[in-house]
Amino acid sequence: MSRVAWALALPIIPAVAALAGFLVPLKARKAAAAVGTAGSAGAAVVLFANLRLGLPELPEIEASSLDGPVLVRFGDVAVTLSAGLSQLTWWVAAIVVLVALLVQVFSVGYLLKDDERYAPYAAQISLFTAAMLLVVVSDDLILLLIGWEVMGACSYLLIGHDRRLPEAPGAAVKAFLVTRVGDVGFLLGILVLGFNAGGFRYGDIAAFMTESTATTVFTVTALLIMLGAIGKSAQFPLHTWLPDAMAGPTPISALIHAATMVAAGAYVLVRLSDLLVKGDVRIVLAVVAMISMVLSALAALASDDIKRVLAWSTVSQVAYMMAAVSVGATATAIFHLVCHGLFKALLFLGAGAVIHMAGTNSMSAMGGLRKGAPVTFWTMTIGFAALIGLPPLAGFFSKEHVLSAVYDSPDGAALFVVGLVTALLTAAYATRAWLRTFFGKTRTEGLRAHDPNPWMLWPLVVLALPTVLFGLFAGLTPLLHGDTHPTAMGLTMTAVAVGIGLSFGIWRGDKAADPARTLGPLRTVFASGFHLDAVQNTLVVRPVLVLARVARRVDLSVVDGAAEGTGRGVGGIGRLVALGHRAGMPRQVVSVLAGALVIAAAAVVMGVWG
Amino acid sequence: MNAVLLSVLVVPALGILAVGAGAWTGNRRLGAVLGTVFAGVGLFAAIALAADHSGAPWSRLTWEWVPQLGLDFDIGVDGVSYPLVLLSAFLTFLCCLYTVWKGAPGGREDQLIALLLATNLGMLGVFLSFNLVLFFVFFEIVLLPMFAIIAGWGGPARRHASVKFALYTLMGSLLLLVGIFVIVTQAGTGDIIELTASGGGGLSRGTQLLAFTLLAVGLAIKAPLWPLHSWLPDAHTEAPTVGSVILAGVLLKLGTYGLIRVAVGVAPEGAEQAAPTLAVLAVVAIIAAGLICLAQTELKRLIAYSSVGHMGFVLLGIATLTEAGLTAALIGNVAHGLITGLLFFLAGSVKDRAHTGELARLGGLREVAPGLSGLLGFAAIASLGLPGLAGFWGEAFAVYAAVQRDQTLWTVLAVVAAIGAALAAAYLLRMLRLVTHGPPGEAVAAMSGTRLRAVEVTSFVPLAVGVLAVGLLPFIVQAPIGAAVSGILQAISR
Repeated sequence: MSRVAWALALPIIPAVAALAGFLVPLKARKAAAAVGTAGSAGAAVVLFANLRLGLPELPEIEASSLDGPVLVRFGDVAVTLSAGLSQLTWWVAAIVVLVALLVQVFSVGYLLKDDERYAPYAAQISLFTAAMLLVVVSDDLILLLIGWEVMGACSYLLIGHDRRLPEAPGAAVKAFLVTRVGDVGFLLGILVLGFNAGGFRYGDIAAFMTESTATTVFTVTALLIMLGAIGKSAQFPLHTWLPDAMAGPTPISALIHAATMVAAGAYVLVRLSDLLVKGDVRIVLAVVAMISMVLSALAALASDDIKRVLAWSTVSQVAYMMAAVSVGATATAIFHLVCHGLFKALLFLGAGAVIHMAGTNSMSAMGGLRKGAPVTFWTMTIGFAALIGLPPLAGFFSKEHVLSAVYDSPDGAALFVVGLVTALLTAAYATRAWLRTFFGKTRTEGLRAHDPNPWMLWPLVVLALPTVLFGLFAGLTPLLHGDTHPTAMGLTMTAVAVGIGLSFGIWRGDKAADPARTLGPLRTVFASGFHLDAVQNTLVVRPVLVLARVARRVDLSVVDGAAEGTGRGVGGIGRLVALGHRAGMPRQVVSVLAGALVIAAAAVVMGVWG
Repeated sequence: MNAVLLSVLVVPALGILAVGAGAWTGNRRLGAVLGTVFAGVGLFAAIALAADHSGAPWSRLTWEWVPQLGLDFDIGVDGVSYPLVLLSAFLTFLCCLYTVWKGAPGGREDQLIALLLATNLGMLGVFLSFNLVLFFVFFEIVLLPMFAIIAGWGGPARRHASVKFALYTLMGSLLLLVGIFVIVTQAGTGDIIELTASGGGGLSRGTQLLAFTLLAVGLAIKAPLWPLHSWLPDAHTEAPTVGSVILAGVLLKLGTYGLIRVAVGVAPEGAEQAAPTLAVLAVVAIIAAGLICLAQTELKRLIAYSSVGHMGFVLLGIATLTEAGLTAALIGNVAHGLITGLLFFLAGSVKDRAHTGELARLGGLREVAPGLSGLLGFAAIASLGLPGLAGFWGEAFAVYAAVQRDQTLWTVLAVVAAIGAALAAAYLLRMLRLVTHGPPGEAVAAMSGTRLRAVEVTSFVPLAVGVLAVGLLPFIVQAPIGAAVSGILQAISR
């Protein structure tokens, strides 16, 4: 098998598992779970098989060894099944496979018992996994687009899965539509690039970039593709779908937030980072990242829903990846992607365990859950510490590298300051969530902390291990690029310490109350995500709906009205004429004779003149 | 090869005779079954057409008929027509099978099957005609049986809908006829292949523009192109399930196929002049249909309007007059036939059970009928153009073809069309949310027989498989089209 075939096998195996899973009868939930898990496990096997091919360290730019067979041809442009892995992208695939496998296992403990629609659920996770893996291995942008959008469809299906939540269907539609708005840009960007480059492979685009000097094309396509990435990665202003997506089952949140979907946007920008340079639009990405990271960290600070806190933190952490891309530190962006994937999956699955015991998402109803649930507590603690970026956890290394890269960048001053502020806020909201969940007294009568069943417990442990260790061994991978800057690191650690201290200090004042109370009236503004949902509704959703109603009315009254009116008009004339022809015998005879006379007269006249 | 070619037309005709024989001997059931068998044989004949695809065209059969009118019995098949021939035979077979197995509303299954076969005969004739006048003859043959299907087996307002359908499209036919005779009298031949090869038979630019305009307006009514679409929602809403499937699945393609083969092929210079207008209307159709669907309250009406949008992409592809655009249009034709055929089948199943298509009264279908709901979800997601399913290729590359023209107008059109694709996602997801999600609506809660029946599985699954196959392996449609489209475009210098 060629490298292309080995790379393509990675998404194909879970895709086959998905197809098989959709055909499993609803009653056979265990079989469905087995099929789904087998799909992810199969992908893991292929993942390691790929390692034996001697992968290059970084993605090759122009490598004919990645060229696959032609999938379809439109005139002189072709879409090809080109695919391949490098060591860098291998790690992205690895985190996808790991998280997907653990999510499948976790779901067995979380949902299987009382969910009638478990079979399609497991199949949809498999399809989701396949789609993300396709994004990772594709060397052809149209092929990538297939994975990209199938992922959107899967997120739609999975977010809307829970029948008990009335808001779930709406959240599902929102997730798909908001990202689809970005995807309009993404598709157009790819099509324009493909047209100019004469093909959709990374190699075609790289060749075009070296040949061409037409900067407008690069600027426009870079912005369009960035729009797609911003939507998928839930960055400002297309981030509004992500907090609502919490309506999905918690394992799905882990899947969407850690390894797939939101990671896809950052990943694509890494792969196309040369285009951002050539189009001179990295400043735009930096601005988007700055707004996203602070805005969402503030929102996380005020949210009471534990899943929302984590959701907002995803927006903020992905913004770090975007920041790294904007200063050209692409390997570092991937490093943070992988580390974030580990600790965010851990946090979401841990939150699932917490929600399972508390029966609610609201932190106001939790507290004191550390006693009786040691595994949940300690693994979550590791997760939160990694999110804050405490040494020697994985999150520490990746965040330091991102901030050092920004610090070293000649125009990175503003970005660095915002990154520091975000690090402070992150420490504050993570500490707050940790304290509100596990410490103090239980705020719900009769709530007893307990660790979950083994299906849910072991994934937490499995994720906690690399969350602790991966950073220490990252030097063995191509992910660790460049050095950490001592000044940058000192400043970051100070910010983190201040953030933790603030949260802890306020919390100690009144252990039953929410530290967020000190935000005063700003709290509701933050918690609502700065009312951007309302803005989006007023500016986009409502005008479109009004337009739709107008279009429907115009279509009925004007367009169809003209057609019906013509019909009625002709019918009316017909009836009038018919009326004229409905006459008694004498008048008929007179008319006939009169007609004959006219004809005879005409004949005579024409005879004379002719 | 010529025997196979002829049999593609003869087999459905024999099927009609078999149904007639059944009725004559008093065994209507046998007639219906025989008709279905002939539809199946016809499908095999259509498949066999591809056995030898080396020539250009693959095969051709010419008999002189009425030379004074330029009418020859001149049929053949090539890459442009083959996918549609197959689609027509395939959908007709599924519809016959569905009818004979499930029964028709109001009975008389054998008559309905005979009419389906007659429609199929006409449609196949259109796709196979290499003669302009013969093309017109077959084009007209389609009209009557479809009129009878709507009028005979339709919903409560079937009279109005069927008359509107017949008169509206008849008006299109008249324009088409005038256009055809402008060409036949001026060029002295009705041979489409010859006219295409000579770039319009030496007609002047002005004549070509006149001819193209007449032909395009006539064909655009069938396609339908905004603002000539308003017969379609009524016809679809009232037509019986199989009528809707054939109407959306194949009948609309008579218009787009005719545009490619006849209008562009025979009057290329006219096409060049009129292309921007056509493209603007196509894009308006995409947006208008998307908006109207977003405010639509009835399931079948919504799907009908969505067809207007999807055909907008096909028309945009044609209007670009590029190889990429025509290829995209032809793939889009097939994809729309499969996806919308499936959607109408599913809408029929929902309406059969819930006795209403009002979105407000549906809801919660996935709780009550998970199989039906799952398939509806699949079809809707395919219809919104998800990459990896059939709808994507035609629509995305129609946009690509517009980008390829590399002029301001075309770039704007590409952007607007791409926005239209997002609109399609909005209305289809709204439809799914109203039909499948949430607590069961009153009409859904009262549904009986929620499981998919064997006849439904048998008729729906081949379509779903087709949607998946074309989506994942688009070359199965694109490969036969191949270079055939460049033959049509050879007179257009670019």
